[in-house]
Amino acid sequence: MANSSTLNTTAAGIDAVSDRVGSGPSGRKPRKVISQRNIILYGLLGVAALYYLVPLYVMIVTSLKGMPEIRMGNIFSPPLEITFEPWAKAWASACTGLNCDGLSRGFWNSVRILVPSVVVSIAVASVSGYALANWRFKGSDVFFSILIVGAFIPYQVMIYPIVILLRELGIYGTLTGLVIVHTIFGMPILTLLFRNYFTSLPEELFKAARIDGAGFWQIFLRIMLPMSLPIFVVAMILQVTGIWNDFLFGVVFTRPDSYPMTVQLNNIVNSVQGVKEYNVNMAATLLTGAVPLIVYFVSGRLFVRGIAAGAVKG
Amino acid sequence: MRALKAILVASAMLPATYAGAADLEVTHWWTSGGEAAAVKELAKAFDATGNKWVDGAIAGSGGTARPIMISRITGGDPMGATQFNHGRQAEELAQSGLMRDLTAVAEKEKWKDIIKPSSLLDSCTIDGKIYCAPVNIHSWQWLWLSNAAFKKAGVAVPKNWDEFVAASPALEKAGIIPLAIGGQPWQSTGAFNVLMIAISGKDVFQKVFADKDAKVAAGPEIAKVFKAADDARRMSKGSNVQDWNQATNMVITAKAGGQIMGDWAQGEFALANQKAGVDYTCLPGLGVNEVISTDGDAFYFPLLKDEAKSKAQEVLASTIVSPAVQVAFNLKKGSLPIRGDIDLAAANDCMKKGLEILAKGNVVRSTNQMMSADSQKQLEDLFSEFFAKSSMTPDAAQKRFAEIIAAAD
Amino acid sequence: MSTRAEAPGPTHASQTHASPAKANPARSVARRPNQLFRNLNSKIASIPMILVAVCVFLGGTLWTVVYSFTNSKLLPRFSFVGLDQYYRLWDAPRWVISIQNLAIYGILSLIFSLAIGFLLAALMDQKIRFENTFRTIFLYPFALSFIVTGLVWQWILNPEYGVQSIVRSLGWADFTFDPLYDPSIVIYGVLIAGLWQGTGLVMCLMLAGLRGIDEDIWKASRVDGIPMWRTYLFIVIPMMRPVFITTLVIIASGIVKVYDLVVAQTSGGPGIASEVPAKYVYDYMFQAQNLGQGFAASTMMLLTVAIIVVPWAYLEFGGKKRG
Repeated sequence: MANSSTLNTTAAGIDAVSDRVGSGPSGRKPRKVISQRNIILYGLLGVAALYYLVPLYVMIVTSLKGMPEIRMGNIFSPPLEITFEPWAKAWASACTGLNCDGLSRGFWNSVRILVPSVVVSIAVASVSGYALANWRFKGSDVFFSILIVGAFIPYQVMIYPIVILLRELGIYGTLTGLVIVHTIFGMPILTLLFRNYFTSLPEELFKAARIDGAGFWQIFLRIMLPMSLPIFVVAMILQVTGIWNDFLFGVVFTRPDSYPMTVQLNNIVNSVQGVKEYNVNMAATLLTGAVPLIVYFVSGRLFVRGIAAGAVKG
Repeated sequence: MRALKAILVASAMLPATYAGAADLEVTHWWTSGGEAAAVKELAKAFDATGNKWVDGAIAGSGGTARPIMISRITGGDPMGATQFNHGRQAEELAQSGLMRDLTAVAEKEKWKDIIKPSSLLDSCTIDGKIYCAPVNIHSWQWLWLSNAAFKKAGVAVPKNWDEFVAASPALEKAGIIPLAIGGQPWQSTGAFNVLMIAISGKDVFQKVFADKDAKVAAGPEIAKVFKAADDARRMSKGSNVQDWNQATNMVITAKAGGQIMGDWAQGEFALANQKAGVDYTCLPGLGVNEVISTDGDAFYFPLLKDEAKSKAQEVLASTIVSPAVQVAFNLKKGSLPIRGDIDLAAANDCMKKGLEILAKGNVVRSTNQMMSADSQKQLEDLFSEFFAKSSMTPDAAQKRFAEIIAAAD
Repeated sequence: MSTRAEAPGPTHASQTHASPAKANPARSVARRPNQLFRNLNSKIASIPMILVAVCVFLGGTLWTVVYSFTNSKLLPRFSFVGLDQYYRLWDAPRWVISIQNLAIYGILSLIFSLAIGFLLAALMDQKIRFENTFRTIFLYPFALSFIVTGLVWQWILNPEYGVQSIVRSLGWADFTFDPLYDPSIVIYGVLIAGLWQGTGLVMCLMLAGLRGIDEDIWKASRVDGIPMWRTYLFIVIPMMRPVFITTLVIIASGIVKVYDLVVAQTSGGPGIASEVPAKYVYDYMFQAQNLGQGFAASTMMLLTVAIIVVPWAYLEFGGKKRG
């Protein structure tokens, strides 16, 4: 892959990758279903799957129990009496301070934050990645290196400078400000992925377009974009997860009337009224996680495929 | 010029609310059951003035909430009013002109004469101007005991700390954790300070925290306190909870013998329909030294550009101090009022004990009032480590304690 | 990571594909307009990236470093105190514990994420049935927030309700497993939760990498009779270098930033046994209202990142002269 003389093979390789990744396992089926190899293979996978599934199981089971049952039984036992009350409470009536409307008031706020943040951050990062891959200029790699180092800077370290930056721009506490913050912190990893992806596309395409006289934006919009669905899916998944789950920026850079759902989740989980209501906490947890989870279940296939294109090559 | 600009901005932004009434966003960290009930009283009274209380509760104790409040004030998008503890938490914000000066309201309503003890107002006063409206007095120096737990263990309910320590083996034998302490750092720190007043007295307490006398901090008096803290650490082994009210709940359900916690714990007992003297016992000053501290909360008002909101801020400030609100709020919250001229006939036994001590003037300023947040955080780090790590000796801890006090401001 | 980086050196550099140096006609033409206007569109398009890199990351870093030499309290102010904040920082037991924890968590998390991720990916690549199901199972925790992860593992590891009580109720009355309440092992409790959330993504990356390996290589090694583990170790893994690098960036940047998980799961407790540097920064900046101290801690973190990441990033992404 390293050698530039293998460009053609690389291009062909990508197709092979997408084919293989896209269509899942291919080739001959294993001959014997129960062989020693299979027992070990599926045994290991099964044990691993158990480790990953147990917490989800605990969350679901607990969220369907009443409090007395939780106090009596163990967390792994299925509910004796299924109740959806914790779900209703988590969604509509759990209290923080004076507001007793649960997670519901945060849901639309989260959506309002999510959509522009995802769109803007991906747009900016894809263009940057494209410029870095195909139109490098003097110093572009230096800026990119700084950006990658930026990926390692903890958010807590940057909060204060960003507070000041947004204050000076006069957009502290606005949705615009929050969108900018998400764009900034999504940028390093996204730009890296886009850059790698665009670098992996066959160079001939780009050259041909250049010869035809197409410019920067034309090539991007007409040639690169239509070929980039997988990497956009990856970027979208990463951003949806990251932004939907964000608590820190949501609470520091907005006002209470536009707090995202995670703030309510934190409030519900941390507002202890006497006894911790584990069932409500778990229901709230599942409700908050629902959006990214659905995104995963729907687009998990594309995810591996896009990752293959964005991370493997480069 | 600036005033003109402010008016222009205000009228451009919010023409509808210019009539006088305004929505005021109030941030606070009162989210436990009893606390929320108390906030409701405040909100009700404020709404009755024609304005609207927009609740901005942030759960998870002051440690979670204060960073958010401070970021918003320094970020130039302040709330209408915000809770802080009595003390120095908003000192720099006021000094740099980000907070509203309430001197006019205070003078008109004669806060100087009515607010007792006067140290509360002193804490609000920065460079001669008053920047906050105190809302309640909380004192830390209480030991809450579960009568049921002691009955189960077959020993009499202790009358002071030493008896409590002596009773702890019996409690343990009965499967009861003698002392509940939550995992949050401020709880172990608070417990230590309470032990300090009880064991070494008011003077030593003030020498250490007000005068930052490192010699006293390293001396034999404080060594005794660390000895007692060592007992407390042993007695609290196994109380695996985080939040203070979960720890209180252990006392309520007789899973734990007692808890050292401020008088806000009373709200939880009240919510659980427990009666002072019947279901639980309260010992101010751990039954040793009946002194209480003037911890508690005050409301601060960031400087806003909006005229109507600024008016509403003043209305809220005077609402908070008004007698009716003081009674309603403090009964729910389990705290003491900030003025001595009102009648709390409905107060329960424990609150009455507190009021008596307050009337006698047996008060000390809170650590929040005497120490900077920075020094307190260092102490919190020390005590949370000490209480969680049984291998740390009292001597080693005291040495670090003295170092922190020596460097404190 | 990049084709260019694979074999740095003059022979390769001239062949860098898609280099604007060749693509840009301005170059081939004799007249050389102002440097600034060459490749102008690309520069314009890169403005957001440049702003973020320079103003936010670089600017914010410099700003932080400068103020770490002051005694700023709640608000930043210029009153320099030299290295005082740093002396105090390294005197603070909590900071030292935070660093130790980060080292333990970081190293183990790196090793286990890569090992488990690769192992799972290798298993998944054996033409198994239900691949989609397994992949979804391994990946879903990544969709959840750290608040959720912290909460659910806090509960599973709770001695009264969770694993310990279950095992005890099965007959082993002396069984003790309460990592979250034992200061000496609490960081491993955090690690269990961190791995649960993060390894799925690593598995995905690795799987993608394995799928990129040419089938012929497997065939060839089979013909030569090379055992499978050797093929993986000496042929496949070296070929997956780019994947490992992307994965490393993602895992390592996550490790340095670890904060939410600790806050949600243990709040740094018991005592200060599971504190991490990012939490120290945040707590001292805002709770203790001592910006100087928080910035000194930030600077130490940034310095560590710089020492490890900058030389690598420079070799990997920048600094190559192009002809």
